[in-house]
Amino acid sequence: MAFASLTIALAACDNMANQAKLNPYELPYGSQLRWPVMPPPNTVARDQPLKAPPAPPITVALLERGKQRYDINCAPCHSRIGDGNGIIVQRGFPRPPSYYNETLRNASNQHFYDVITHGHGVMFSYADRVEAADRWAVVAYIRALQASAAATPADVPAGELSALQ
Amino acid sequence: MAIFPPQANVLMNAALLGTFAGGVLLLLSIWVVPVIGYNTEERFAPEQPIPFSHKHHVSGLGLDCRYCHTMVEKSSNAGMPSTAICMTCHSQIWTNAAMLAPDRQSLAENISIRWTRVYTLPDYVYFDHSIHVAKGVGCTTCHGPIGDMAMTWKAQPLHMSWCLSCHRDPAPHLRPREEVFNPHWRRTPSTPSGEELMAQYRINTKNLSDCGICHR
Repeated sequence: MAFASLTIALAACDNMANQAKLNPYELPYGSQLRWPVMPPPNTVARDQPLKAPPAPPITVALLERGKQRYDINCAPCHSRIGDGNGIIVQRGFPRPPSYYNETLRNASNQHFYDVITHGHGVMFSYADRVEAADRWAVVAYIRALQASAAATPADVPAGELSALQ
Repeated sequence: MAIFPPQANVLMNAALLGTFAGGVLLLLSIWVVPVIGYNTEERFAPEQPIPFSHKHHVSGLGLDCRYCHTMVEKSSNAGMPSTAICMTCHSQIWTNAAMLAPDRQSLAENISIRWTRVYTLPDYVYFDHSIHVAKGVGCTTCHGPIGDMAMTWKAQPLHMSWCLSCHRDPAPHLRPREEVFNPHWRRTPSTPSGEELMAQYRINTKNLSDCGICHR
């Protein structure tokens, strides 16, 4: 009797731990699908914009977001300062061009946005990792990096120069 | 004629001893067995299809957690990297390494790599990575020294008492938001106190240990 009730109790525990709901990466039992399961063609996820958002106005918040996303996704190859000598390049990845060369200084914002979206050369697409709005933030931060190369001590606000030294 | 045969004393003693031993075993099985490391799988690193090293990628190369776990800030699930994320670098580096063969096969056949789960929660627990990360709970608070693990092992037992210990008193476990993904962060004298961070993140402990917070 005690054994029977213990068995039922333990079985009940297991049923609660494995409920009839799907967890992330779980597929229905017996499903023929296999990961990666792609959305059906010509569909858009509910939280994704229908078309590429226009470039937002440049704000400090946008630049800070761009710096954060740049340091996560771009810096491993392009380096924190954008000269193209990141840690992965030092380990043998083909070196990307520096953001400070003439061609990339004159390239349009849209060019950077498109490279993030579609990739370029040996660089994979980052569309699945950097959301559309964040791509514009990263572009803004790359522009800030480029501008910083030509900066002089005179560009720094008077009170903050001592903090840099 | 005696009611009890001569061996009754022995039987009685054996029965008493057996009852006592059975009771001890029952208590052990309820209170001790579930919490020993062997059963919680603490410090246990399961075998993986590719011997991926966080130590190499995080501490050695300095990659951010979010380079691979892309969804951790906006989803309940931290997100396992797609084969494309591995291949972003490994299409050019270590392209012939034998240990990366499952990766190349995954890319060629378009079938995701099946990693072995290290942290498993029962279905009656609702857990969300994004809210913990947003409120200043660092990766290493639950995942241990993940940035220094060669093979990934489970750093916490995931007992309800462990969850509650933080939900009842979160302050000592909080850190500044910009340090959440730093695998080697340590509290310094200039770090804001846990109480200050609680106020900054507006963490209200009044409801934090309600059943419905985790069981919904």
